[in-house]
Amino acid sequence: MVMADMRTVFAETASALLDEDPLAAVVLAEISADMFGKAAARHPDRVLNVGIREQLMISVGGGLALAGMRPIVHTYAPFLVERAYEQVKLDLGHQGVHAVLVSIGASYDAAPSGRTHQAPEDVALLDSVPGFSVVVPGHPAEVEALLRGAFGALDGGSTYMRLSTEVNREARPVSASLQVIRPGRRAVVVAVGPMLSPVLEAVADLDVTVAYATTVRPFDAVGLRSAEAGSGAVVLVEPYLAGTSSHSVSSALASRPHRLLSLGVPRTELRQYGTPLDHAVAYGLDAAGIRRSVTRFIGLT
Amino acid sequence: MRAGLGAGRLALMRTYAELPGLMTQMTGDEKHGPSATSTLDVLWVLYDQVLRVSPDTVGDPGRDRFLLSKGHGPAAYYAVLAAREFFPESWLAGFGSAESRLGYHPDRLLVPGVEIASGSLGHGLPIGVGVAHGLLARGFSEPRVYVLVGDAELDEGSNSEAIVYAGAVGLPNLTVVAVDNQSSSYGWGPGGIEAHFAVAGWSTVRVSGRDHEALASAFRRVTAAGAASAGPQLVVATVEGPGALCKTGRECRPSGPARTVGPMRVARTAASAVLCITRLSDMKQG
Repeated sequence: MVMADMRTVFAETASALLDEDPLAAVVLAEISADMFGKAAARHPDRVLNVGIREQLMISVGGGLALAGMRPIVHTYAPFLVERAYEQVKLDLGHQGVHAVLVSIGASYDAAPSGRTHQAPEDVALLDSVPGFSVVVPGHPAEVEALLRGAFGALDGGSTYMRLSTEVNREARPVSASLQVIRPGRRAVVVAVGPMLSPVLEAVADLDVTVAYATTVRPFDAVGLRSAEAGSGAVVLVEPYLAGTSSHSVSSALASRPHRLLSLGVPRTELRQYGTPLDHAVAYGLDAAGIRRSVTRFIGLT
Repeated sequence: MRAGLGAGRLALMRTYAELPGLMTQMTGDEKHGPSATSTLDVLWVLYDQVLRVSPDTVGDPGRDRFLLSKGHGPAAYYAVLAAREFFPESWLAGFGSAESRLGYHPDRLLVPGVEIASGSLGHGLPIGVGVAHGLLARGFSEPRVYVLVGDAELDEGSNSEAIVYAGAVGLPNLTVVAVDNQSSSYGWGPGGIEAHFAVAGWSTVRVSGRDHEALASAFRRVTAAGAASAGPQLVVATVEGPGALCKTGRECRPSGPARTVGPMRVARTAASAVLCITRLSDMKQG
């Protein structure tokens, strides 16, 4: 059976939430509007497509929340997070109201589209808005539970959900905690979202713990301290900007001597089209690249 | 009819003439700057005659919403809120201090009756579009959303996103009041603000921003238009421009209702890029 992609699962789940909760609302800026056609017909007051107006999209989400609604706001990652960043900071964060922001087009999903359609800085930017949770599903089958969890937590805060066309080979049970996939002694490798499959391939014959995270904010400090278990070495493998969660790891292990290697998308612009795999290889985020970095880090080369 | 105001309370209520004194408690100045007083009469008329919200109904989901988008120079706003007893007048003296809830830009989480935290320009109207949608989605057809913007604030492109969208979907419960003190460097010219909204499908009216009767009448008319589902409405409130204030500082102070100031415009001298502010009548003569 072919599993639907993350975006399709998101649209189906959000449409179900519109049916279930009269305070649910979806705000769009043209992207994915066709996937909400049936929901819009059923709930014309609560499926709002504002056109190609991303600032307005976020502000309308904030206004809906001020009126007591529970907004889900969705578009392509660079337009959702970067273009309307001050609206996220002020019209949600500073107003003290909450929304679920859901992006597609993660990091280099749109490798052939070029820099305008890539935003590996998304999680780092939202990490600077107080109170935002960040969830990074690694498989389409993890999307529904994560979206329902974020929507259900709206009274307490906002969530950014980063959807990708890069997916793991199999789904895992969704948890806010770090999940230890396999134990080892030399280091703990934390794989975020869709990085789990390449990490497992990269370290198949290495004596390292592999832990899987779909919730990166708040970062599971207790889980990391437990998984680290005395090795004193942590490898963070994130599918977005390298080092985005380094400060969280450092804080979690502040009382312990430790080394940290942070892998992710570097702070350079790759002026190259191609496939997501081409970009992963260029960034050292494919299985072979991760293996090179991890073996060097734990001293096997 | 205002909600939740008993007769005894009304008897104690401050009057318009007392507002300058309240503002002086904040600033310590007898005179007040142009950005502080440009909104004073509009705010007074809204809270005195238009808005269905009181200290007792600030948490009522069916209340009218007033969103001060132009958050700088909030002394007039604080004075009116204090005068209407949304918070104690004793708060005014600490304006801007570490102990005060009243800052140079208002914070909705600190000040009772303040609907949005503002300061960065171009946020209030787009938020107002969302509030208007949210009220309708929740089945509240009575309450209205009023957003106060400045003419120069309309420089911000985020407003254009909201103006075009709100007009296109015909939000009936949204009113913008644009306080026009001709402070935009590349200004709108006579009728320019109205034209910008009207082409997007808004109904528009321009009145003196110092004439209480004209303002109240304009708000009554646009509210009726909104109730008839005629789409969103714009009230442009003309007040003195910065040029007039430079020449005659006394005009900064509120001196009572119904003082109309003629239309003014900004002319830009391209060669020198010097901005000069001139009365329209003078320009015509020139």
